Amino acid sequence: MSSSKVIHAFYNDDEVVLDAIKKVKAANHHIEEVFCPFPVHGLDKAMGLAPTRMAITAFMFGITGLGVAIWLTYYTMIGNWPQDIGGKPSFSWGENMPAFVPIMFELTVFFAAHLMVITFYMRSRIWPFKKAENPDPRTTDDHFLMEIPVHDNEKELTSLLKETGAVEINVVDKH
Amino acid sequence: MSHYEAPIREPLVLGHKSYHDITEDIARPIEGKANKNWYIAFYISLAAMLWGFGCIFYTIGTGIGVWGLNKNIGWAWDITNFVWWVGIGHAGTLISAVLLLFRQKWRMAINRSAEAMTIFAVFQAGLFPIIHMGRPWNGYWVLPVPNQFGSLWVNFNSPLLWDVFAISTYLSVSLVFWWTGLLPDFAMIRDRAVKPFQKKIYSLLSFGWSGRAKDWQRFEEVSLVLAGLATPLVLSVHTIVSMDFATSINPGWHSTIFPPYFVAGAIFSGFAMVQTLLGIMRKVTNLEDYITRLHVEYMNIVIILTGGIVAVAYATEFFIAWYTGSQYEDYTYLSIGAATGPYAWAFYSLLFFNILTPQLLWFKKIRRSFMWSFIISIAINIGMWFERFDIIAIVLSKGHLPSTWWRFEPTFVDVGIFIGTIGFFFVLFLLYARTFPVIAQAEVKTILKSSGESYKKLRDGKHE
Repeated sequence: MSSSKVIHAFYNDDEVVLDAIKKVKAANHHIEEVFCPFPVHGLDKAMGLAPTRMAITAFMFGITGLGVAIWLTYYTMIGNWPQDIGGKPSFSWGENMPAFVPIMFELTVFFAAHLMVITFYMRSRIWPFKKAENPDPRTTDDHFLMEIPVHDNEKELTSLLKETGAVEINVVDKH
Repeated sequence: MSHYEAPIREPLVLGHKSYHDITEDIARPIEGKANKNWYIAFYISLAAMLWGFGCIFYTIGTGIGVWGLNKNIGWAWDITNFVWWVGIGHAGTLISAVLLLFRQKWRMAINRSAEAMTIFAVFQAGLFPIIHMGRPWNGYWVLPVPNQFGSLWVNFNSPLLWDVFAISTYLSVSLVFWWTGLLPDFAMIRDRAVKPFQKKIYSLLSFGWSGRAKDWQRFEEVSLVLAGLATPLVLSVHTIVSMDFATSINPGWHSTIFPPYFVAGAIFSGFAMVQTLLGIMRKVTNLEDYITRLHVEYMNIVIILTGGIVAVAYATEFFIAWYTGSQYEDYTYLSIGAATGPYAWAFYSLLFFNILTPQLLWFKKIRRSFMWSFIISIAINIGMWFERFDIIAIVLSKGHLPSTWWRFEPTFVDVGIFIGTIGFFFVLFLLYARTFPVIAQAEVKTILKSSGESYKKLRDGKHE
């Protein structure tokens, strides 16, 4: 089975790995994954990753939080049991609204921040008791690891990766 | 050259470091053994904390009467400490969120500890309103939950309730911001760990972070959006704390400049606390190459700026109190009445610690000195405590009716709880310093080539 074989190419410099990704891409090879110890500027673009939509989710969760705050203040202070508190008008939500601005702001932030982070954890599959999936412990220290699937082109790939400055190249059976 | 930085900028990482050296340096305090000084500091803090807990149990068991409060002065040490601790928390968020938006690279060496300080300080702050309830088991009444008292709801018109929402949002958002940033660093410790138990713990803490390209892309965007959310959040928190006072109709509290003035004061005191903590930590964890003289100077510059805002606010308060010509304004915390009355010592302490002492930082020599920064930071911590004490106790001590004038004298319980929270804070911080990566090492690695000393020298053609 050649399809389950992958090449793990190690690099120890962020600029070298960035150039390497561009070269491997230019040679029309598919890069399965790159594991990095720290974020490298422009690496996602070089790999051809689609932009992330995390900010959009945050915006939508924020709108949700604002809606919840409006409903909560309306229901408790106007709808369910209106009271005269310090002479503040409680006839309609609009009149009482200035007093609710802090609550509306806080709940917007609360929903946007927490739900976005939960979305991030779910999408990137990180949560307590999750087992780490980086193939080599050095990738959280100072090594970058490029994973490329092999389709009967092991020799060609190895020489290409050597050229790009890989410090170590291993061929491994993934399963 | 993607890593170019102007040669005129001083390096942020000293010495001849590689990426692996950074890993080693950050992991060392966690993997090594604690020294004697750590144990001494820890046990002193622990004793203070236990004493404070004892005072808290005494308060709850006996009643709020064991404090020095009286009919007029219903808020004193408790709310002073509450505002003081919340204010201290603000620097952490400022460093990690506002400075991220401004792309300040120097924040990377200090943001982790500053945020830890935020979270631990807000814990202490949160204790005070809960104890002050007298019956803390009814604490959940501040939440809008359906209940058996008819459909009685919390009062969303009240700044005290805004505070509940602001502080709980602030604490929880700061916590996830901090933890998300910690994931790659916990993963680094996890992958180095040799002891099975340690490996297990750090695997759990790192949530299985693997560092895929897509994870990093999301990580960076999530950090940016969280910073964007945390920036107005941190400003809102102390604004709302100030509204606890400003929306009341007490002379001395009913002041429209309170929100910006409180926010500036919070950042001022928070940076002072960061200076205090990091001044010690850089030594005991041997991280002098990362937390440098330059970091200290930058923080001192923020202190001068925010201290200046606070000084202008004091002058404004003093002038306006005098300018109204109202006799009721003559015993607010910044007035001639306060300067000559029985609280004159508190009035002058405030001016001395908060206004005069920080002016020393205009001198470059002092601003760049570790020892002086440490001493001045302690002075500011004391000064900011006096600010809140003056605002609360002096203002309340003389109301509209002379027959109700009274003074506040703290009991040993007031003092004990305050000391207890300081102990609790340091217990948390000392445990943190031994078990958490105290510097955001993944982030520091991204600036090593642009701001590391050896790389800068290489680029500027000055070979060693």
